[in-house]
Amino acid sequence: MKTNGNFIFKLYVTGEAPNSIRAIGNLNDLCRDHLAGHHEIEIVDLLRDPQKALEDEVLLTPTLVKLSPKPVRKIIGNLNDMAAVLKAIGLEAFRNEK
Amino acid sequence: MAFEENSKRIMANASTFGWDLQKLVPGKLFFLDAQPSPDLIQAGDFDLNGMLAVLDAKVRAMGARRIVFDSLDMLLNLLDTATQQREANRLNEWIMKKEITAILTGKVEQEAGNNTGQYQNTFMPFMTDAVVELNHRIVDGVSQRVLRLKKFRGSSFSENESPYVIGSRGFEVAEVSSFMANAVKVTKERVSSGVERLDTMLGGGYYRGASILITGAPGTAKSTLSGAFTQAACARGERALFVSFDSAPAEIIRNLESVNIRLKRYERSGQLRLVAARAGSFNSEIHYLRIKNLAQEHQARCLVVDPISALGKQGNELTSQNVLERLLDWTKAVGITLVCTSLLGGNAPEAEGSAMQISTNVDTWIHLNYLVRAGERNRALTIVKSRGTGHSNQVRELVLKDSGISLTDVYTVGGEVFMGTMRWEKEEAALSDKKIQEALAVRKLTSLKLAEAELEVRAKAVQVELEATRQEKAFLAVSDRQTVTDSADRVSQVRLLRGADRFPKGRQRRPGSKP
Repeated sequence: MKTNGNFIFKLYVTGEAPNSIRAIGNLNDLCRDHLAGHHEIEIVDLLRDPQKALEDEVLLTPTLVKLSPKPVRKIIGNLNDMAAVLKAIGLEAFRNEK
Repeated sequence: MAFEENSKRIMANASTFGWDLQKLVPGKLFFLDAQPSPDLIQAGDFDLNGMLAVLDAKVRAMGARRIVFDSLDMLLNLLDTATQQREANRLNEWIMKKEITAILTGKVEQEAGNNTGQYQNTFMPFMTDAVVELNHRIVDGVSQRVLRLKKFRGSSFSENESPYVIGSRGFEVAEVSSFMANAVKVTKERVSSGVERLDTMLGGGYYRGASILITGAPGTAKSTLSGAFTQAACARGERALFVSFDSAPAEIIRNLESVNIRLKRYERSGQLRLVAARAGSFNSEIHYLRIKNLAQEHQARCLVVDPISALGKQGNELTSQNVLERLLDWTKAVGITLVCTSLLGGNAPEAEGSAMQISTNVDTWIHLNYLVRAGERNRALTIVKSRGTGHSNQVRELVLKDSGISLTDVYTVGGEVFMGTMRWEKEEAALSDKKIQEALAVRKLTSLKLAEAELEVRAKAVQVELEATRQEKAFLAVSDRQTVTDSADRVSQVRLLRGADRFPKGRQRRPGSKP
């Protein structure tokens, strides 16, 4: 469901790798704390679907792609650096207001 | 996997060396562009698991046996040092598990004056089985690329630096060998030096496949001797390459024509290739490879490098020395007869040592120098050494004339060497002495002949006189007898005529008988 105002994320991971597990956890935390349900998350496991990596030009894991709202942003890493993630997806101001 | 340059550029660059990578692309070769985007945002730790998952699938799909990670440092540098090592190990394990041969490239920080650079990813050399270090440095303003095998597990290897060149034939590494080439073709065949008398001095000419060094001060006819050798080679129907660092081909041809060495026809027929090069434009390594390539292309059996000292002009001494050794080894291995010249002044070359110590490596060394005496400068030729051939120890004068090159005996009187006009005068003096002797002999002979002729004539005259005397004597005897008979006859005749007597019948009356 692509709704205006909704955040759409695609997270590329590799199975049960520690960084992948952490990234999923961090993303869930972020959505819960800052987006309150206004989001969609698609998780792509490159171990199961390596072709996707070539199509989407994602090689490093974990990689978070924010597809909406524009502009598209690509963030690599396990998302431990939450401040950097919020800044990258344009939620820094939003959080401050809150 | 291309982490720095993209695949389009890599393919374009490769095509300038004549490697058509595009042709391989669908089935045999797969490019994965993996340049980290400049907009990339990093938020926390990441790993190569995703990349390896992709590669895993690709390797399996195409049955790949080789993989290249170009500029892996671009990727690793996104990580902190501890993580770099973790990911490098992950990569290493993957490579081993896949049993695939991988080449990883990365940069080293180069310090001025230090041959070994500092690795950006220090663990990389430890991880791999072999390390090849490429180095590019500028020596005296000339670029020099060297390659060094730093590590090669499970194999012995040469640890020295080897120069390499990237040229139109791709990547060429100079083979530095501490041993002489084993495949040397040793032959007793002789080839003419182009100067008949020099061949005699060398006991029949240069050996086929030998290296000959001609040293001398400027203008001592080093190029001319090289030209003579070239002409002789072409005249035998062999292909020759003449590399000059001094003159343009047209100049070489013109200059040599002045001493009756005619190369134009051979250049036209394609048998001879004349190449002019400038010493300063490349380092000695590139010059060597160019000469080698040209000689191979031309299938030359005889090679002239004039002067070889040009190779030593640029770059460091060690490299030049190395290049010369390899040039000599190579020509010997393939059986090319090499004549090279070197600028070297002075009258005692062995004392001065030759340019770049090449003289110790060559088979034959001919030195040309000027002897200045009595206001004249004359060229003298000495065979300093000639391996495996008996050779003349005589210093000879090299005479250049319209008709060609010749070697003339020098006069040595009381330890002094006479050349040029002084030699000529000596020769003339000897010659006129001989002429006088000859003239005197002729004169003597003539006078003797005259005497002989006179005597012969006199002998003839005496003979004739003798004959005359004999004849007179004989005449005298005859006339005496005649006188007696005549008088008796006359008496009887008179009687008859007077009629005092009858004529006797049948026969005449005897004189004095009575009627």
